[in-house]
Amino acid sequence: MDDSPRTVPPAAADIGVDPLSQGDLEIETYRVVRSDGSFDAERVPDLDDEDFRDLYRWMLLQRIYDERATKLQRRGRLGTIASGHGQEASIIGSGYALSRDDWIFPYGREAGALLLHGLSMRDLLLYWRGIEDASRMEGANVFGMAISIGSHIPLATGKAWGLELDGEDAIAFANLGDGATSTGAFHEGLNFAGVLGVPAVFFCQNNQYAISLPFDEQTNAETVAQKALAYGVDGIRVDGNDVLAVYNAVSTARERALEGTPVLVEAVTYRRSAHTTSDDPTRYRSGDEVDEWEERDPLARYRAFLERTGRWGAIDEDAIREEVESEFDEAVDAADAVEERGIEELFAYLHEEMPPELERQLEELRDLLEERPDMYEFIEQRPKG
Amino acid sequence: MNATIIDAINDALHAEMRNDDRTLVFGQDVAESGGVFRATDGLLAEFGSDRVLDTPLSEIAIVGSAVGLATHGFRPIAEIQFSGFLPPAFDQLVTNASRIRWRTRGELTAPMVVRTPYGAGVRALEHHSESLEGAYGHVPGLTVAIPSTPHDAKGMLISAIRDPDPVLFMEPKHVYRSLREDIPEGDYTEPLGEAAVRQEGDDVTVVSWGAMMHKTLEAVDNLDGVDAEVIDLRTISPLDRETITESVRKTGRCVVVHEAAKTGGFAGELIATINDEVLLYLEAPIERVTGFDIPVPLLSMEDYYVPHPPRIEEAITKTVSY
Ligand SMILES: Cc1ncc(C[n+]2csc(CCOP(=O)(O)OP(=O)(O)O)c2C)c(N)n1
Ligand SMILES: [Mg+2]
Repeated sequence: MDDSPRTVPPAAADIGVDPLSQGDLEIETYRVVRSDGSFDAERVPDLDDEDFRDLYRWMLLQRIYDERATKLQRRGRLGTIASGHGQEASIIGSGYALSRDDWIFPYGREAGALLLHGLSMRDLLLYWRGIEDASRMEGANVFGMAISIGSHIPLATGKAWGLELDGEDAIAFANLGDGATSTGAFHEGLNFAGVLGVPAVFFCQNNQYAISLPFDEQTNAETVAQKALAYGVDGIRVDGNDVLAVYNAVSTARERALEGTPVLVEAVTYRRSAHTTSDDPTRYRSGDEVDEWEERDPLARYRAFLERTGRWGAIDEDAIREEVESEFDEAVDAADAVEERGIEELFAYLHEEMPPELERQLEELRDLLEERPDMYEFIEQRPKG
Repeated sequence: MNATIIDAINDALHAEMRNDDRTLVFGQDVAESGGVFRATDGLLAEFGSDRVLDTPLSEIAIVGSAVGLATHGFRPIAEIQFSGFLPPAFDQLVTNASRIRWRTRGELTAPMVVRTPYGAGVRALEHHSESLEGAYGHVPGLTVAIPSTPHDAKGMLISAIRDPDPVLFMEPKHVYRSLREDIPEGDYTEPLGEAAVRQEGDDVTVVSWGAMMHKTLEAVDNLDGVDAEVIDLRTISPLDRETITESVRKTGRCVVVHEAAKTGGFAGELIATINDEVLLYLEAPIERVTGFDIPVPLLSMEDYYVPHPPRIEEAITKTVSY
């Protein structure tokens, strides 16, 4: 027997195998307002003047919230936070397209969308202060923050499944970043949503970075939107700095989802701030790039549109600013006023009924704090409400 | 050089990457930005982008591809940014890394390291504070190492990189920068699978590891009239049974301190080991001081969760006065 290894000849060029490649795809980035404020009149959503004003107000709120929360963090009054600076059109355009009956699955940058959805600013601040109680997300259809990136995506699929089984007129709406699209949970969650045909929208803010990693190293795919096709769900790529475009994209996605086709929306935007308050972006990106995106500022673009369409005159920006600033002040005061919590909080809620061993452990801690008040020397951080 | 744990890890990585050009470092944000804790700072500049890489946000692929590379004769040193994000890749550790030598009857091996910071106390967000060493130590075939000092961090990491089998290297991030000591320049190793006696004593054996080691030393220091023997376990698996049992044979009393939750925590295994081998030498029940059976709380109350010196002191006192 001849045991020399078989040599494999190179594949011939003319045998008619023509691999699918992403170059075959043409993916448009949907836009309503161009960077100079000029716009496609047919695409302008049919909203009344109050809505047009509100969209501006909420974007401004997002900006002010991020600035002030960052300052609070610097003074040690919040834990680590992630700002939505530069992504206001994506955050607000998407949030504004949702019904309060929809369920939002947040991951941390989308303050404005959560407040729009009915969450109180006090509770949002308390959450970033590390107060367990705020995770109730009281009064709003909002799930807990997906700090473990991507972990919420299959959860949204399951929630959408439930909404569909119960015949509810609502969707599950998952917020995620470009980095999250590289997780296994993203893949499985989207694929399963496609198989089930559930009312879910996966809203990816492609802000060009996952901490230090630029999008072109996150994936060899040219877009996030194209990934939808592999899962048999619909995809939309939208200019994420154009609030009206995002609004239209998410409204459309929502309709589709309710009809049984999940949608992956990619909003192309830019994270102008550091990744979080513990990050130093000068280590991995140039100031020029940041400047370039500053010129594509979502608020300035929308304002230019409002000016062109004669709506700006009726908007009193200073008044909005003042209103938002005092809303923030009030939220901080309300957060500070929350009473210090007891240690039972730590042990409660893990089970519907506290198992005896856990009760014993709680008792042990209670006794220890009483007998050894020097324990408090090691408990620097105490709930400030 | 005078080094923190982070400096020591950084130094170990530089040293081994110079020694062995089959080593690779990869993970999230490790190259361009030098790691969120700066553990890998400077590696990209010295060793280039073929050997030092930023990966996508894919824990499964980071650990899984490390196994693949390792079977091909490379020495991957992967970083999982926080141990709270290791669970998706637990599958790769269990299904592939830990058993590849066994299931291929030695034909394939996975000499690889997964480094990951663990533990509470740095005011991080949810999922950034857990201690699951007991769960990882439960996986046959996986070495789980936890240094507690700069000296050990460097020596044990070099050993881990040279180890012929997969090592999960858990770094106590709470003490990443809070301790300094002089460590040797260049090459040296500290063995895996061997505990270190940090302080000799006759009255009671106190076993701990990672950040809790320092709380333990503080507690022992505060106790007048108790001559405690303090053991830094250093490796969860394989377990150095001998050092523990020898010490307990001498002292007749033992306290185990760990940050992980109590139920199913590694203290249980240590107590069982003592029970197996030196039960009749015991003069008091073994005490354990651990985290509570709850998730690590968000930052405003995480300090309540961590076993602090007063808790450890109480346990030691109870044991010696039994
Ligand atoms: C599973 C997991 N791995 C790693 C991290 C650490 N981490 C936090 S945010 C982040 C990048 C997220 O990037 P992206 O999804 O693009 O969202 P962005 O922060 O840009 O909005 C990483 C790596 C994490 N939180 N979860
Ligand atoms: Mg991103």
